Amino acid sequence: MKKYNTDVLIIGAGPAGMAAALELSRLKVDKIIIIDRDIKAGGLPHLTNHTGFGMRDIHRVLSGPAYANFYIKKIKDTTIEIFTGTTVTGWKNENTLNITTPSGLGTITAKAILLVTGCRERPRSARLIPGSRPKGIFNTGSLQDFVHNYKRAIGKKAVIIGAELVSYSAIHTLRKAGCKPILMTTEFDKPQVPFNYLPFKWWSSNLLNSVPLEVNTKISDIFGKKRVEGIELTNIKTGDKKRVDCDVVILTGDWIPDHEMARLGGIEINENTKGPIVDGYLRTSNRGVFAAGNLLRGAEPSDIAALEGKHVAKSIYDYLKKDTWHQKRVKINIDDPIQWISPNAVELGSYDLPLNRFLFRVKDFMKNKTLEIRQDKELLFSKTYKKIIPNYSQKLSGEWQDKIKGVSPITLTLK
Amino acid sequence: MKNENKIYDVAVIGGGVVGTAIAQELSKYHLETVLLEAKADIGTGTSKANTAIWHTGFDAKTGSLEQRLLSRSYKLLLDYVPKFGIPHEKHGAVLIAWNEDQLNSLNGILEKAHNNGVTDVHLLTVDEVYEREPNVNSGALGGLMVPGEFIICPFTVPLSYATQAVLNGVELKLNFPITELAKENGAYTLSGSGGSVKSKYVINAAGLNSDVIDRMFGFDRFTVTPRRGELIVFDKLARNLVNHVLLPVPTAITKGVLVSPTVFGNIMLGPTAEDLTDKEATNTSAEGLKFLWKKGEGIISQLLDEEITSTYAGLRAATEHSDYQIYSHPDKQYICVGGIRSTGLSSSLGIAEYVLELLSETEINLEKKDDFKTVKMPYIGQAEKRPYESEELIESNSDYGKIVCHCERVTLGEIKDAIHSPVPAKTLEGLRRRTRAMQGRCQGFYCSADVNEIFVSETENENTEAFNEKI
Repeated sequence: MKKYNTDVLIIGAGPAGMAAALELSRLKVDKIIIIDRDIKAGGLPHLTNHTGFGMRDIHRVLSGPAYANFYIKKIKDTTIEIFTGTTVTGWKNENTLNITTPSGLGTITAKAILLVTGCRERPRSARLIPGSRPKGIFNTGSLQDFVHNYKRAIGKKAVIIGAELVSYSAIHTLRKAGCKPILMTTEFDKPQVPFNYLPFKWWSSNLLNSVPLEVNTKISDIFGKKRVEGIELTNIKTGDKKRVDCDVVILTGDWIPDHEMARLGGIEINENTKGPIVDGYLRTSNRGVFAAGNLLRGAEPSDIAALEGKHVAKSIYDYLKKDTWHQKRVKINIDDPIQWISPNAVELGSYDLPLNRFLFRVKDFMKNKTLEIRQDKELLFSKTYKKIIPNYSQKLSGEWQDKIKGVSPITLTLK
Repeated sequence: MKNENKIYDVAVIGGGVVGTAIAQELSKYHLETVLLEAKADIGTGTSKANTAIWHTGFDAKTGSLEQRLLSRSYKLLLDYVPKFGIPHEKHGAVLIAWNEDQLNSLNGILEKAHNNGVTDVHLLTVDEVYEREPNVNSGALGGLMVPGEFIICPFTVPLSYATQAVLNGVELKLNFPITELAKENGAYTLSGSGGSVKSKYVINAAGLNSDVIDRMFGFDRFTVTPRRGELIVFDKLARNLVNHVLLPVPTAITKGVLVSPTVFGNIMLGPTAEDLTDKEATNTSAEGLKFLWKKGEGIISQLLDEEITSTYAGLRAATEHSDYQIYSHPDKQYICVGGIRSTGLSSSLGIAEYVLELLSETEINLEKKDDFKTVKMPYIGQAEKRPYESEELIESNSDYGKIVCHCERVTLGEIKDAIHSPVPAKTLEGLRRRTRAMQGRCQGFYCSADVNEIFVSETENENTEAFNEKI
């Protein structure tokens, strides 16, 4: 049994974890350990073998693997230790975690712990899609792993369920695999992509219109014994059903934070994001435990996660040096049709925000809606959004936090 | 081909939990035994998709064969399970009455349980129900405690039976469906798309197809109607919500669904009960899942806030009769073990013992072997130590410290073991059942490509069900 002691333990060597480690190193924090259960550091960008990474954090445009390697290389020039192939299996106590490694068991005790465990797409089961259980059903993540990492052929004709950013990334991967994306479907009445979204142009010309799209449509059955033979689609407005023959189904989006370690540690979880409740400093409910990146609310682009990592590094530094921790937490509640907001707590009288903004998402397309923020019925802030896209985050600046009085909860409405 | 003219003493048709239990029992004797399974792996029919409850038989029809065999099997399993490392947990079951009708029927169930020899069953007051299950919905009127109802691993049980059988000389033939039957010079020839074998005695444990096989022997006494049961499995993070198996109170009108922990640390909700005609219809349905959702909401609504890990459907071999269809025909050298409904996992050892009794009344020579080799099964439950938690095991082989499936913490060592075991995983599905790889909350989002790659390389690309072609 090996015992490690460190100033900061970072769980997850994705963009958020690596960026946090580099910033902590720059701030001259002595001992930093990053661990990752995968055999190599880098996280999900390793699987996303197309360009579009790095614009906001490192001010260049790289492919996913090149972007991951950029961070890995930078870390090699520091004293940061990365343990890969190392799995956290649980909490021994509030500042010690149990690990399993190929060389045996161990524990890591840390003054501060950063959870950056990322997110994943919900599987078929969690979406309650009925039907048989043949091979050929993938999430975008597993598809990318099969194709980019192992160069495996996965089938000939695919239907992509979803029409958000990640769904278009799936088109790219399928084409690399020699599998034709024959159809995309979405339950909304149009794709959930901002007009003229730049990275699409880099992947392929006219990506948005390159695959037929069925709108207002859900997948309602899967056929086939050993391999997928087809699916049933139902129009959610008319109830019309039709069968589409295919041997591959890609279930995209529908993100859930990988919150297992957070929950096993008894950290309070936000019911909307399913990630830890955090304030603008990205502090969780448990003293000394921080959270950042896609664990907070599901997938944002990697550079956003990295910048959140950089942001949380400052909070961790302040905690290590000055024992700064939250004392008067104000909870942020939301009303329909808002889906979630992140961060979802405010520290009374002391404000900071990752990238100087909150992010929130809504459940449907909307036009000319006014966001109102209230505390005890008093209006703190309002702003009209001309156009809001679901499955795509909106920004909200944080100056209204100055007007908060007392710790009674804040409520966001959209009318 | 060698052995073409070999005449086995006994052929068991069906590698489900019943057929494998019988094969294991037969392997204790000096007999040439062959176990014939139609599919690519053992335990792929009813045995792989059920509620995985280790029943006492407290509510079985008193004096029925099913009740007697359940009662006997329960005791046999108490010895077997720890000896062979079968994942199990001994929580007991609580029947919760939600209305007057159900409350009134508890006394009858209590009486039946006592008549069946399950004497520790007792009534619970409302307070006692909530003491045991604080997270169930409010509104319970009372309950019944069945301390002996346990949970068990449905995959490891038939796998252990088959493994012990193979270790002790039983020949296992997979992809070997039987569609034709002939008898000549006192031996049967059983054949189908997988080939043919000759055997003096035949035991029909063909589960969903036991009626078809029985008709080949000239009988027409029962018809199997596949009864589909759909189930929803919730995330391990929901495990603490439930402490016992929550059984429904059967009334004249409805049977209801159960909520139960699994030995893997999940919570299961189900099953539905729907009579079908297709013996392969293991697909889930929108109606079934919706029905379960509503039922779950009525028992423990908190559960529905948790993530769903998997949904699946299994088929029980129901017949028009309420009891097992076990018949011995010494003159025909044939024993039929049909209609084992949904209790086969619990009664399997009792059935196997009973079949040997029936066999001893035939002309077959039953001579017990001096040595019966046994091997403990890899542990895939959550209650005891798994390889990733074992310093000694990782030290002996670092593959046990390499976690491949993160949700279920399945190591490379376990995956390799399953591929090279006495009854090896020959499909990815078989690997899933043996190791839990890809069975967790992400359902293969992270590890399916890795597991596929390990499988393809360890099986030297011989398998056609994996993704083994390069782009």
